[in-house]
Amino acid sequence: MLSRTASELYWMSRHLERAENAARMLDVAWNLSLIPFAATVDDEVAAPLKITGTLERYIERYDTVQVNNVLHFFSLDEENPGSIYNCIRTARENAHAVRGRITSEVWESINTTWIELQNIRRYGLIAMGASAFMDWVKERSHLFRGAAYGTMIRNDAFRFIRIGTFIERADNTARILDVKHQIHAPGNGAVDYYRWNALLRSVGAYEAYRDLYTDRVTAENVADMLIFRAEMPRSLRSCVDMLCELLPAIEGEAGLDAKRLAAVLYARLQYGDIGHVFSVGLHEYLTDFLRRINELADTIQSAYLELM
Amino acid sequence: MIKASSPPAGGFDEMFATGDKVRDHYAAYWRWLEGVSMDTVERKRKEADLLFHRVGITFNVYGEDEGTERLIPFDSVPRIIPASEWTLLEQGILQRVRAMNMFLHDIYHEQRIIRDGRIPAAHVFANAHYQPCMQGIDLPNDVYAHIAGVDLIRNNDGDYYVLEDNLRTPSGVSYMIENRRMMMRLYPELFARHRVAPVDHYPAMLHEMLEQSCHITNPCVALLTPGRYNSAYFEHAFLARQMGIELVEGADLFTRDGFVYMRTTAGPQRVDVIYRRVDDDYLDPLAFHPDSMLGVPGLMTAYREGNVILANAVGTGVADDKSIYPFVPEMIRFYLSEEPILKNVPTWLCREPDDLKYVMAHLPELVVKEVHGAGGYGMLIGPASTTEQIEQFRSRVLANPDNYIAQPTLSLSSCPIFVDEGIAPRHIDLRPFVLSGREMRLVSGGLTRVAMKEGSLVVNSSQGGGTKDTWVLEAPSC
Repeated sequence: MLSRTASELYWMSRHLERAENAARMLDVAWNLSLIPFAATVDDEVAAPLKITGTLERYIERYDTVQVNNVLHFFSLDEENPGSIYNCIRTARENAHAVRGRITSEVWESINTTWIELQNIRRYGLIAMGASAFMDWVKERSHLFRGAAYGTMIRNDAFRFIRIGTFIERADNTARILDVKHQIHAPGNGAVDYYRWNALLRSVGAYEAYRDLYTDRVTAENVADMLIFRAEMPRSLRSCVDMLCELLPAIEGEAGLDAKRLAAVLYARLQYGDIGHVFSVGLHEYLTDFLRRINELADTIQSAYLELM
Repeated sequence: MIKASSPPAGGFDEMFATGDKVRDHYAAYWRWLEGVSMDTVERKRKEADLLFHRVGITFNVYGEDEGTERLIPFDSVPRIIPASEWTLLEQGILQRVRAMNMFLHDIYHEQRIIRDGRIPAAHVFANAHYQPCMQGIDLPNDVYAHIAGVDLIRNNDGDYYVLEDNLRTPSGVSYMIENRRMMMRLYPELFARHRVAPVDHYPAMLHEMLEQSCHITNPCVALLTPGRYNSAYFEHAFLARQMGIELVEGADLFTRDGFVYMRTTAGPQRVDVIYRRVDDDYLDPLAFHPDSMLGVPGLMTAYREGNVILANAVGTGVADDKSIYPFVPEMIRFYLSEEPILKNVPTWLCREPDDLKYVMAHLPELVVKEVHGAGGYGMLIGPASTTEQIEQFRSRVLANPDNYIAQPTLSLSSCPIFVDEGIAPRHIDLRPFVLSGREMRLVSGGLTRVAMKEGSLVVNSSQGGGTKDTWVLEAPSC
């Protein structure tokens, strides 16, 4: 497969996954901003900015962290390269460039998302309602994934789409967990309860937690679930597991380094232990993970996707 | 019952003979039409629009925002050509393209036709599309124009005339195929009543021809496109998908040691045949336009060494140029010792003083075109223009006579299209596509373009023209 084609497919799915993750983060920030914990609301609202490393860019534009501005910055702001608007626009451009390589149903799902998003932007986020907008973004992302899953043949095109999804998702799960953990300095139990629940909801794992852990929501359990549990589709282990399956399946002998990095990372997750994580510090552990997953992403980029 | 407007007096209509009598080859269609309601037609039209949009059969319009995508209007009254008529057309087209390929081989080798005085040397060597770098290069099968589109019109006298030849990167074949698929989907019952020659195998024929154009067995074939903002990008993607070959842009290719490679996820892969939809001038920045981003540095070197096949060859434009057009009948006589089967439109070359004098005296009756113009831009249709427009054009021609040719205003034949009230006649032309490999082949059909505006003679899609499905009937319809 042409490197350019693989690159367009990979970035198409990364951008769609990024849009979905932005919606998930915003959903939490928005919901928590409605609950009166005056002391830390600002932290909650600022969390999406910290997670994505865009606090500085935001402050340049808006001065103060305020929920409506943060919502706008992440949803429809054209000036923020990571806004949902820009992610979907880029994904649609990627898809357009390789229309012959995706099924018409996948193309139509992305194209329709883009057309609808322009309408939403015309009337503004307020008109639609913040929660309704986040739900819409998540639904469109599900639809794209469903169309890809249900209609694309299992070839390299499909694999690069999947690789993009899991790289982006692993990166995001680690960031969400890291930032949320930092806000959660131990203290008020009731506050903690809402925060951890909100985090679980943001990754769609609220119900899953009840199935996997019978006791109350604790930092250790949430971290265990989002890092190590193979059953949890957004956990770091699941994401890297998929990468380990996908990379060797790609035709040809390229990408040895990428395959090795993925395998090493997977072994660390497969045989890791949450007690050890907390003994070295969750933040330190996640920082190391982010470095590794981004090294893997760079290696994939240079081995398969970049023009020589 | 559908209301049919009569074709204009004095013109040639494909469906109706004089006295509104339906021609034989339209008889079965007409019987079907009599039983159809306008509501059905309208419903099918909406369905077609929706399908074309969804599939994304669009073209990009130059001069508007980049990436502006438009649908080409599709009309579902078929243009029907009876078998006997097609046989003659086919022979005429094959004869013509064969002669033009021989002409290209000749002028890039011995130049017998020039030494014999049949074509003035200046017409060839001073031509912007003549490529000196092709001199003496031998190509497999001596084929230059692997893919050719011949534009035909039918005049009031009922005869077909060749309006122009397209030997560079002719487009439109995707519409021929998609229009047929659409018709079969919308009106399957019509295909039960007619024996319509299929066109769907064109991409397979094209692929086979491209593979044959090279001496390697199982060569790697790729389609080179200028990119997604090109007006014909849809067609490039369509054909690549149908043939199962890679759709590449210049940046996807590179040359090393005189060979061409694609950059793939599995490393460099040799490319043996390039079906290029990029003009000569943009193929290789080292050989032509140094600032071209569309091409591949070193491509011409690889090509001249015979390590890659380009279809069409470099330098074919010298044969389809409007100033060479008047000499095509002479080429047929010279190379094939045959009389031309298809007629040429009488043409005055403004570069010749006598011709220029005639053109200046008869501007209001003539069609004047730029030698290198295409797409219906930069032309004057005398009878349809105001005195002011004619005078403006006169000064343009006088300022640069070499750049213009003139022809009598031929009337294009008409064929009905569906309008709100029923059917009404509109002018049409025809572009069949010829493939030249080890042998020459032609799909029975082509692209029929139609001027959607009443009375208009401009069928170009960039100027509001539409398309029709073209039926070649294999046997008399039942």
